[in-house]
Amino acid sequence: MPEVTLVEAVNLALGRAMEDDPSVVVLGEDVGINGGVFRATVGLQKRFGPERVLDTPLAELLISGLCVGMAAQGLRPVGEIQFMGFIYPCLDQLVNHASRMRNRTQGRLTCPMVLRTPHGAGIRAPEHHSESTEAMLAHIPGLRVVMPSSPESAYGLLLAAIRDPDPVVFLEPTRLYRAAKGEVEDNGEALPLDRAFVLRDGRDITMISWGAVLKETAAAADALSDEGISAEVIDLATLKPYDEDTVLRSVAKTGRCIIVHEAARTGGFGAEIAATVAECSLASLLAPVTRVTGYDTIIPMARLEQHYMPSVDRIVTAARKLCQFR
Amino acid sequence: MGGGIAWSESVASNRTNQDLPVIARFDVRYRNYLAPDGSINRPLPASASDAKVLIALYRSMVLVRLFDRKAVALQRTGRLGTYAVSLGQEAVSPGIASAMREEDVLLPSYRDNGALIWRGVKLEEILLFWGGDERGSHFSGPTNDFPFCVPVGSQAPHAAGVAYAFKLRKEPRVAVCMFGDGATSKGDVYEAMNFAGAHKLPVVFVATNNQWAISVPLRLQTSCETLAQKAIAAGFTGEQVDGSDVLAVRAAAEEAITAARDGNGPRFIEAVTYRLGDHTTSDDASRYRSPDEVQAHWKKEPIARLRAYLVGQKLWSKLDEERLSAECNERIEAAVEHYLTTAPRRRETMFDHLYANLPEVYAAQRRELAGGHDA
Repeated sequence: MPEVTLVEAVNLALGRAMEDDPSVVVLGEDVGINGGVFRATVGLQKRFGPERVLDTPLAELLISGLCVGMAAQGLRPVGEIQFMGFIYPCLDQLVNHASRMRNRTQGRLTCPMVLRTPHGAGIRAPEHHSESTEAMLAHIPGLRVVMPSSPESAYGLLLAAIRDPDPVVFLEPTRLYRAAKGEVEDNGEALPLDRAFVLRDGRDITMISWGAVLKETAAAADALSDEGISAEVIDLATLKPYDEDTVLRSVAKTGRCIIVHEAARTGGFGAEIAATVAECSLASLLAPVTRVTGYDTIIPMARLEQHYMPSVDRIVTAARKLCQFR
Repeated sequence: MGGGIAWSESVASNRTNQDLPVIARFDVRYRNYLAPDGSINRPLPASASDAKVLIALYRSMVLVRLFDRKAVALQRTGRLGTYAVSLGQEAVSPGIASAMREEDVLLPSYRDNGALIWRGVKLEEILLFWGGDERGSHFSGPTNDFPFCVPVGSQAPHAAGVAYAFKLRKEPRVAVCMFGDGATSKGDVYEAMNFAGAHKLPVVFVATNNQWAISVPLRLQTSCETLAQKAIAAGFTGEQVDGSDVLAVRAAAEEAITAARDGNGPRFIEAVTYRLGDHTTSDDASRYRSPDEVQAHWKKEPIARLRAYLVGQKLWSKLDEERLSAECNERIEAAVEHYLTTAPRRRETMFDHLYANLPEVYAAQRRELAGGHDA
C-alpha cells in the first residue's frame, strides 16, 4: 500500500467520492486549477471538469449557502473553507439552514453536504489562520462534526461524511496535513461516523483527544508507559454526536480520565465530556476528571503559539498527578 | 503647505475627470400597465389580456387578503402565533408564482404566503406553520419548494445553489427567490446574485420593496435610486415594476423566468409596493409612520385597482365579488377547522427528523422525553 500524507488522503477520498457518485460537487476558493491552498483538491478539476470542481467567488457565506441549495436539490456538495478562521460567515447557514433543513421540513428537504476546513494552530500561520473552535459547531443540533487524526481516518471518515445523508463539518488538522503519513488503500471503504477509536489499550488512565493534538497525547502515553503507567488513548473522531459509550466504558475500566484539546478551555468540548463522565461514571472515578487544553486566550501568533498548545509535558504531568489518587 | 498642494492637485484632477471617456452606462426600466384607477397605461402583454388569467390572479389576491384577515383574528384570540400579513402587497406573490412552472423551485420569504398558495400549498399548512408546527413546512404542492425563510435574505445563496444544480444537470428549470427590501442590504443577497451572474444561472431574484423594513424606511436602507440597479453590480438586468399592478409583476416574471430557462442567466425584479399593515402581528406601525402616508397608499392598492379594470371590461360584477368572498371564506373556515383540530405531535417526535438515522446518544434523550407515556 502506498504511504500518503493526510492531505493526500483527503484528495484520494474526494477523487474516489466524485468517481463513485456523479452528484458529488467540490466547491470553494481556489479549489480548481490551483488545487486548494493546501493542495487538498489538486488534480480534481482536471479529472472532473470545472462544473464539478468549482472555483467560487471569495465569499464564505455563499459557499455554505450554495451547499444548502445544492444539497436540497439532490447534489452532494463538498465545500471548502480555506481556514477555520474564515468559517464564521458560514455559521448563519449552518445553524439556521443546513442543520435544520430536515427537521423544519419534516424530511421533505434534506441537506447532505460537507463543509471541510483546516483546523488548529501550530503551523506558524498568520493571524486568523489557527482557530480551533470546534465546540461552537458541536453545539449545533442536527449537525455532525468530524475530525480525523491520521491519513487513514481522513480517507475513511471523509468518504463517510460525503455519503452521510445529513450535513457534516469536516475539520482537518492543519498541523498534520503533511506531518502525518500512513498507508492508505484507495478502496472506497469508509470508516464509521459517530464512533470513537481506541488507538491504544491501557488500564490506569483514559486519555481522550481529537485531531492534531492526539500526536502529543500519544507521545505522552509512550512517556507514561516508561514510568509504568498504562494509558488508554481514545481518538474521539466524531464530536457531534460523540461516542459516549466508548468513553464511559474506558473510564469504567481505568477510573481516571484526561481530556486533551487544543481549543481554549472555557466551554470547550472537553467540558462536555467531563460533565458526561461525572454524571454517568462518578462511582468508577478514582480521581477528578482533568482537562489539558489551550488557554483561554486568543491563539497567539507564531512566536508564542507553542506555549499555548498542550505539550507532552503538560499531559504527562497531569496524568502523573491523577495516578497519585488511589 | 501640504494643504495647498492637495488643493491644487484636486482641482487638476477634477479638470482631467471631465475629459475622461465614459466606458459604461446603465439604465433601469420601469414597468406598469394598470394605473391606480384601473385604467390601462399601455397595451397589455399577451398573457395579461387573457380574461381567465386576469380573473385567476384577482381571485388569488382576494383569497390572500381574506386569509390574512382570518389569520390575524386567530392570532388576536390566541389561536395562532406571530403572523406576517401581506396587506397592500398581494399583487406580488401571485404575479410571480403564476409565471412559474411546477418543476421550478420557489424560495420564499416569510411574507410570501400568496406564492405558496398559488403553487398548491394548503391553507391549513400555512396556519400550521404560523401556529408553531413543523408539519406546516412539510407541505403539499411542489415538493422541492423551500419553506418560508425567516432569517432575512439567507435563502438567496440557496437559490443560487438550486439553480447551479439545474444547470449542472442541464434541466430546464428555474429557481425563484423572493425577499424584501431589507434583504437587499445583506451580503447574502449580493453574494448570491454575484455568483448567479458569474455563472449565468437560471434564477430570478425578486425583491418586494414594500418601503419599510419593520420601522426602517427605504431611505435609511440604501441611497440607491432603485433596488433594481443592485443587479447591475452583479452583471445582469434589474427591472423595477409597479408591485401593486399584478399584470406588471406577472409580465416581468414571465419574461425573466423565460430568459432564465432559455439559458440567458439571472434577472432581478424589484416590485415596488407598500405594506399597508403592520410588519407582523407583534408590530405597531403607527409608532413609526403617519396615517396620512398609509392613507395615500390605500389609493394605489392592488386589489381595488384590478377590480376597477375588470369591472370596466365587464369581466367582473358585484355578484361575482359576493360569490368569490363566500367561496374564499368557506375555504378559509374549512382550513381553520382543519388546523384547529390537528392534534399536536407526540413530544418525542421533535427528534424524528433531526438526523436521517437518530444517533443512539440522542435516541436515549428521545426515550427520556417519551417517558411520560407509552412510546
